[in-house]
Amino acid sequence: MKGRSVARPDNMSGDKGAGGPRGSRQAPLLVAPGDDLGDSGGLEAGHGVLAINGRLRALKQGRMSNRDGTVSIEPRRTAYVPRPSDLVIGYIEGCTSNIWFIDIGAPFNAILPMSLGPSKAEFGGIRKVLDIGDAILCRVQEVEENHSSVVTMKGMGLRAIRAGSVEDIDPHLLGRLIGRGGNNLRQLKEDTECRVVAGDNGRVWIDGDLSGIVDARDRLNALLTEAKVEEYRGDA
Amino acid sequence: MGGYGDIQCIDENGIRLDGRTKDEVRPVHIETGVVPVADGSARMTWGLNDVIAAVYGPMEAHPRKIQRQDRAVLDVRYNMAPFSTTDRIRPGFNRRSREISKVTAEALESVVLTELYPRSKIRVEIEIICAEAGTRCAGITAASVALAHAGIPMSDMVVSVASGKVHDIVVCDLNKEEDNYGEADLPMGILPNSGELVFLQMDGDLSPDQFQEAWDYNMEATKVIHAEMVRALRGGDE
Repeated sequence: MKGRSVARPDNMSGDKGAGGPRGSRQAPLLVAPGDDLGDSGGLEAGHGVLAINGRLRALKQGRMSNRDGTVSIEPRRTAYVPRPSDLVIGYIEGCTSNIWFIDIGAPFNAILPMSLGPSKAEFGGIRKVLDIGDAILCRVQEVEENHSSVVTMKGMGLRAIRAGSVEDIDPHLLGRLIGRGGNNLRQLKEDTECRVVAGDNGRVWIDGDLSGIVDARDRLNALLTEAKVEEYRGDA
Repeated sequence: MGGYGDIQCIDENGIRLDGRTKDEVRPVHIETGVVPVADGSARMTWGLNDVIAAVYGPMEAHPRKIQRQDRAVLDVRYNMAPFSTTDRIRPGFNRRSREISKVTAEALESVVLTELYPRSKIRVEIEIICAEAGTRCAGITAASVALAHAGIPMSDMVVSVASGKVHDIVVCDLNKEEDNYGEADLPMGILPNSGELVFLQMDGDLSPDQFQEAWDYNMEATKVIHAEMVRALRGGDE
């Protein structure tokens, strides 16, 4: 995940000079929506934090952090919001004569125009190429101001997914799956002898022998369980 | 409200049928993550009430006519299971469940930052497994925890609780007998951190003083329930 958090409905504060967290000693590590995080003392409200009347308030359930004067919440769960160049795994949800509608796990469906499809398709006959329910590996080409996004299958490695298994994980846990420098993901591939592609939208494509796929799924679940336990303990 | 009944719901010492004092809340327990396939979920037991709430989304709103260009819509569905009461309930939507779904959506819309997800939909399913009294309050509260568990940005959580009048005595958090044989009830939705009110209904008549007393009971009960909500969201018994 290139070391960034996936979900970002933005920096929600319009008041940068407003109140901030009380001293880190008193501040709760795990917070719930609505929790008062105290006065600022010149700190900024980051992701999942809202500044109101000189106070900071948590908007999400998660862990509070204070980095470089910005107080933010690292959420336990979050919705995927697409960004240009994201590699995502989507499902065909519908189509017109020349456009596919793709569920990429975001609040808004993406479109895949016929011209950006995997192969040449005839107007009105695009279901012969990709039909409803098919899974695809694609890349976000453009996100418009109204949150509509366009995906493309023109690019190296982008294809229809015809084999293997697609697993869903929370997008903000992708960093843990991939590991520093991709170490964890590389290890998973080597151990299971499977092809593993982690989409930025939290969908993971696992392809290989059945035993390898089962092994990879088990490891994925174990990793996620461990992550959740650590988060609940507050030491993730 | 059936008016005065034959049942004596509260004795001369102010002790109620279930042994509570008049300002006491039924035992509340909440756990999260009970529906693994949902984006967020919560189960709430409140007295004999047992409620599961599951949240899906935000997702593309269908049909398109329900989309709003500037915000997400909350699609709330409150349903009582046929086996949730002693008399079997006919499955499916009815007037009562439609009304409760509507007021629940409106209460939750006041805290969810819907403007972050224009044209999308957040689906909230509330299923009453076992009903005693105050299922709409339990539903709203459980849905609020499920939304927080799903990572939906909210300015606060909604705590809902009902107080009422039984034999001219105002009591907090009505149980089944008090709900059936009492004279009035006052369900409220309260934002625990700010004390703001987002939902209020009143069934029956309360004098201004009784209204104030019921209001105060609800405000106090909110603190107890909110503490349990936060405990559940922070990962249980810590």
